[in-house]
Amino acid sequence: MAEFWRWKEYNWKDPDKDWKSAKLITSGIDVGSVSSQAVIVADGELYAYASMRTGSNSPDSARNALEWALRDTGMKQENIQYVVGTGYGRVNVPFANKAITEIACHARGANFMAGNSVRTILDMGGQDCKAIHCDEKGKVTNFLMNDKCAAGTGRGMEVIADLLGVPVEQVGELSFNVPEEPEPVSSTCVVFAKSEAMGLLKDGWTKSKVLAAYCLAMAKRVSELLERIGVEKEFFITGGIAKNAGVVKRLEQVIGVSAIQSKYDSQLAGALGAALFGQALLQKEKAAGKVA
Amino acid sequence: MITAGIDVGAKTIKVVLLDGDKILAKAQVLAGFETEQSVEEAYKEALGKAGIERSAVVKVGATGAGRKAVAFAQTVVTEVSADARGAVFLHPSARTVIDVGAEEGRGIKTNAAGKVVDFAVNEKCAAGAGAFTESMARALEVTLAQFGEISLKSDKTIPMNAQCTVFAESEVVSLIHSNISKEDIARAVHDAIASRISAMVRRVGLEQDVVLMGGVAYNIGFLESIKRTMGIENVVVLEDPEYVGALGAAVVAGADGN
Repeated sequence: MAEFWRWKEYNWKDPDKDWKSAKLITSGIDVGSVSSQAVIVADGELYAYASMRTGSNSPDSARNALEWALRDTGMKQENIQYVVGTGYGRVNVPFANKAITEIACHARGANFMAGNSVRTILDMGGQDCKAIHCDEKGKVTNFLMNDKCAAGTGRGMEVIADLLGVPVEQVGELSFNVPEEPEPVSSTCVVFAKSEAMGLLKDGWTKSKVLAAYCLAMAKRVSELLERIGVEKEFFITGGIAKNAGVVKRLEQVIGVSAIQSKYDSQLAGALGAALFGQALLQKEKAAGKVA
Repeated sequence: MITAGIDVGAKTIKVVLLDGDKILAKAQVLAGFETEQSVEEAYKEALGKAGIERSAVVKVGATGAGRKAVAFAQTVVTEVSADARGAVFLHPSARTVIDVGAEEGRGIKTNAAGKVVDFAVNEKCAAGAGAFTESMARALEVTLAQFGEISLKSDKTIPMNAQCTVFAESEVVSLIHSNISKEDIARAVHDAIASRISAMVRRVGLEQDVVLMGGVAYNIGFLESIKRTMGIENVVVLEDPEYVGALGAAVVAGADGN
């Protein structure tokens, strides 16, 4: 049976940059519950990255992601001067110099990706959703999270994609293929939303219409978290669901605020923030004469 | 007087035909594409088993999440009322009724007349319902019947972190990867759902006798876990536990006005 929830893994490196001339090379590894990212930052700029599914073993997932990010760069792991682990499996990154919470890393990463005017970040991850406030330096000032329930998370979206037989990357686009917006499905439980969605299909709803109803339910669900903490501009979304326009556009409508667009991949925010923290820590150690 | 009770649940439709104190017939069908059609099918099957004509039924009571699909019902009964009434009908000293169905778990306190004194429902989340057990059995690749049995073989308590059914499924998979035995995982799953149900029962106040109904009552693993989490020896599993709601609806329909 095809597994429609399986999103594509990918890697990237900056073709125009030579890492050998860089003075500071650091890496951030974000081992999430669903996906893992490894980011390599050279002299304050994004140099290479990889994004993969998290396996059953966190150390292996961290290692695999970094290996894939390094592939085609000619760089070796020992060329990386400082590694920071983050995400739910951050304590299981065996080669990390330090572990930092993903909340701090997402704020730091968002500050880099969308600029220092960002004050509210919504991180829509695989198994949790966080609303974060930060200052102009990307330092966290407050946050709220839901990690108890799959409604409003990437895993919830995977379940619905699987049920409808729609590749998860296409959910957003297909959800706009409706003459008018339907009412949302149950926004409280993915299991209930699943049986509700089956009922709607039986009633003759198109897949697109069901997806529209589910994306809206998800948008409403996460908007509750945002409303509790308050949306201060600028607003930025990180995590895998940020790539799903079906949820993002509807969320923007529900809260009445548009999210900043960034040229960077939203899913990298945590690992990128970790690598940037790593760079600052490395500079500190260098200044203190601890490393060459 | 012959009455009928029809319980239109999230997963199955149950029908009970009742003549005074005597149960004439029971029938059950899966809630299919067309709920009305499935209701009709289940009702006809029950009438056939009882060997009576439709016109012999004086009153029809409907209950369950899809009770509106029973257009010919004169009496509409909430699930909670039907449960309490059906439980006391079968077990007159029942005071606490635990009903765990496919998508809803309930803790109900009843009086001797089968009237609801208080109740708590798990309605927003599948964590305290049969759907939870079903997905975990699927993740372990065992049948529901095996699932209950193997959990009895474990004497280890492993805490489950995940509350959400969707997350618990991934947790079960990672427990399998960490070489935890199926028996231990099965027990952990039953303990998890039982602790949610007992929390609801504690909210309404535990009073003996405690009776168990709904499809999950067939699961002996769950039965043991619920006894353990509530700290009581005796929990009575009602006969044909999935029909108790329908039975209650038939009782209420008979008592309703005339």
